[in-house]
Amino acid sequence: MDTPILEMRNITKTFPGVKALDNVSFRVAKGEIHCLVGENGAGKSTLMKVLSGVWPYGTYEGEILFEGEVQRFRGIADSERVGIAIIYQELALVPEMTVYENIFLGHEVRRGATVDWNETVKRARDILRKVRLDVNPATKVKDLGVGKQQLVEIAKALSKNVKLLILDEPTAALNETESENLLNLLRELNRQGVTCIMISHKLKEVISIADTVTVLRDGRTVCTLDARKGEVSEPVLIKHMVGREIENIYPRRQRKPSDQVVFEVRNWSAYSPTLGRQILRDVSFHVKRGEIVGFAGLMGSGRTELALSLFGNAPRYQVKGEIRMDGQPKQFHQPADAVAAGLAYVTEDRKAKGLILIQDVKSNITLANLREIARRGVVNDNAEVKVANEYRVSLNIKTPSVEQKVRNLSGGNQQKVSLAKWLFVKPRVLILDEPTRGIDVGAKFEIYTLMNRLVEQGMSIVMISSELPEVLGMSDRVYVVAAGRIAGELPIEAATQEKIMELATG
Amino acid sequence: MSFVQDLQKVLRENVREYGMYIALFVIMAIFAVLTNGLFLSSRNISNLINQTGYIAVLAVGMTLVIVIRHIDLSVGFLAGFLGAVAAIALVQWKLPVPAVIAMVLAMGTLAGSITAFLVTYFGIPAFVATLAGWLIYRGLLQLATAATGTIIIPNESFNAIGNGYIPDLPFLGFLPGHGLTLLLGIVGIVLLVLSQIKGRRTKLAYGFEVLPREIFVLKLILLSAIIGVVCWVLAGYNGLSWTAVIVLLVVGIYHFVTTRTVLGRHIYAVGGNPEAAELSGISVRKITYVVFASMGFLSALSGILFTSRLQSATTTAGTLFELDAIAAAYVGGVSAAGGVGSVIGSLIGALVMSSLSNGMNLMQIDISWQYIIRGFVLAAAVIFDATTRRRGR
Ligand SMILES: Nc1ncnc2c1ncn2[C@@H]1O[C@H](COP(=O)(O)OP(=O)(O)OP(=O)(O)O)[C@@H](O)[C@H]1O
Ligand SMILES: [Mg+2]
Repeated sequence: MDTPILEMRNITKTFPGVKALDNVSFRVAKGEIHCLVGENGAGKSTLMKVLSGVWPYGTYEGEILFEGEVQRFRGIADSERVGIAIIYQELALVPEMTVYENIFLGHEVRRGATVDWNETVKRARDILRKVRLDVNPATKVKDLGVGKQQLVEIAKALSKNVKLLILDEPTAALNETESENLLNLLRELNRQGVTCIMISHKLKEVISIADTVTVLRDGRTVCTLDARKGEVSEPVLIKHMVGREIENIYPRRQRKPSDQVVFEVRNWSAYSPTLGRQILRDVSFHVKRGEIVGFAGLMGSGRTELALSLFGNAPRYQVKGEIRMDGQPKQFHQPADAVAAGLAYVTEDRKAKGLILIQDVKSNITLANLREIARRGVVNDNAEVKVANEYRVSLNIKTPSVEQKVRNLSGGNQQKVSLAKWLFVKPRVLILDEPTRGIDVGAKFEIYTLMNRLVEQGMSIVMISSELPEVLGMSDRVYVVAAGRIAGELPIEAATQEKIMELATG
Repeated sequence: MSFVQDLQKVLRENVREYGMYIALFVIMAIFAVLTNGLFLSSRNISNLINQTGYIAVLAVGMTLVIVIRHIDLSVGFLAGFLGAVAAIALVQWKLPVPAVIAMVLAMGTLAGSITAFLVTYFGIPAFVATLAGWLIYRGLLQLATAATGTIIIPNESFNAIGNGYIPDLPFLGFLPGHGLTLLLGIVGIVLLVLSQIKGRRTKLAYGFEVLPREIFVLKLILLSAIIGVVCWVLAGYNGLSWTAVIVLLVVGIYHFVTTRTVLGRHIYAVGGNPEAAELSGISVRKITYVVFASMGFLSALSGILFTSRLQSATTTAGTLFELDAIAAAYVGGVSAAGGVGSVIGSLIGALVMSSLSNGMNLMQIDISWQYIIRGFVLAAAVIFDATTRRRGR
């Protein structure tokens, strides 16, 4: 425990207009699980990218020592060679390839000049057993859920003889059971001698798993806390991360929702020709004015598909059923129709479906409602900047300017941009799909407060969330979805974690 | 010397943008030296612009097609075929010139819409759909010219589109050379300077980063000088050609639409991430229609320019235009990954490519070597683009 396995000394990394890391020092002892926490844009991912060679030697200042030796990684291959493996915030698997191909991608098992597929499959089986993933190695990755894909990522890392495993928000897209499995797996790997660094915004799991926690704020190390000495607790972490205390993370609302039903769905069914199966059956629900309706359920229960099919993504699904807004029947052939009727949908998958990464913050924010800032089809650039800056301030989006490319923002801040885009549409019904995935506690609180403000102004919110505390803390009413059906409806007074889980696993 | 440092910084940060201009400048300078100034003669520059015209309009349309992640291989023979249609309408049907032009442009737009239909409705890759178009239009061109062979067009006003010049105004006789051309040049410079100054002011008012004052002035002087010199040179011959006017109009309108309008934003959004655009309420189908229809329209325009320039329709008109247009767009900085590319860039790209041909022709370089050299320049341009893009990440 004396010599640290990793020591990063005085790391400074600047991007045009941003000092992402400012003289950060970071020590990880051999054999521990070390959690890295901090607000969105604090520099966590950047620090890990420096470590793994994504940002090669020379693009940062400072020194990296691994197992006591100074390292100058010129790329990821270099860091892998000494035994560092990193699993990024966004998964890096090839969806069209099989599990075993993915595991050995880039370091295939060879016999002579050709790949030895039999040996590959055999080894893949062994590793999959190690990560306790019970799938046929010949399954294509795209046919696995996110939770299992995450395990494949870990298997891939293990296949490389890893000494230090880095996971950047591994549980962000997982539900509670899956997260618990993953954490158990980490504990086990840890016992077998793998040192782990984990970045997470879920403080509960940080507390449950960490030996040591380092807090970053604005690109600087705030402190390193030792959990084994009992230094780590949720309020302490929040205070160090945000710089102030947050009393109740789920702020209460003053007003009750009205009785007027704004949005109603009856007997909604959807069939997916690409998947070749029925994904939604007979779903009926309604949303009242000024109400937050939570949709709970397991990953893959069909909540996202429900939102997408309602939102006019017709070519993907064959739908049947009725949509009513203010009692008027509506048909949405394409998302544009849904938007025009006052519906908005903030996707869970912001990179693939929500944002245009190569464009700047302001273009992304105004994209869905350009007409508002245009006259006779000509965009008023100044108005655009003004609007974008308003949202930058009100959502506290961390970016040097609204002209920064969204690609360069940290994960949580990208989520805020995606949210801003839909707020600017000023919808009557806002569908939020995993609105706080990857968002830090401070920003979560801000988003919840914002949601409250919106419903108090008369907006209605449908919140799809896999985080039960969030569903329970924010909703007026909860629907539980299981296997493409509504498994139950609970008034908030009657809803508990147990009841929801019971319905969800039904 | 902070001025030099500023200049270095600006150049380093904008190599990608300025690279093309510098390349064009260097190529022109090299040919000027190698041809003892013949390349820069009024007559040759005028010629060069007219030669570039029919490729430039295609390149403009192609830019948008590539921006939305498609390609259009059919444009060359579509232009050739529609040129033949124009010739037949003029010569055999004796239709008036404006009617012919309107008809041909409408046909081009329709042809583009058909491509869009194949791409959006059946989901056929544009590469294949337009390869089919390439074959079909080539066949149609041969059918149209089968009976007569080359169709000579004796209509002067039609031929003026590709060969004529804007008239001079008598009261500008005191100006040396072609007065109206000089006047337009001066007006152009004034408008440019005013709009640049206004743009910089608003940016400053918003607290954005702008070019340092001296660099900004330098940029204005350079841009004005380019416009001034080009107009001066042209005025020394016959003045501005109708082709140049048409190309400037097309580029101007497309530049405005792509950079300033809702439609333009939607096009780039679809190119940047079609799925996100669709879910933001933008109809990807509609944008695809608009872009391919515009491509068809510009193909028709290109056909008119070319036919008029040759004063006839031939059986091979339009051969390889599509590849010239694609090359011009890539030299001008579009990205096959979608969402990136500018209309002005493609115009410069077209000028680079046709300067090469023109200059090497003047030097009487063998055609085989011309192809090889142009190939190298294309590769170099794209390599430059890719590396500077990566560094700028
Ligand atoms: N390639 C880049 N170019 C420019 N700026 C960048 C780039 N990558 C990161 N940044 C900036 O560096 C800062 C730190 O980003 P980083 O991704 O490390 O944050 P993070 O702590 O991982 O946040 P999150 O919890 O939201 O993922 C942010 O301000 C971000 O905008
Ligand atoms: Mg991150």
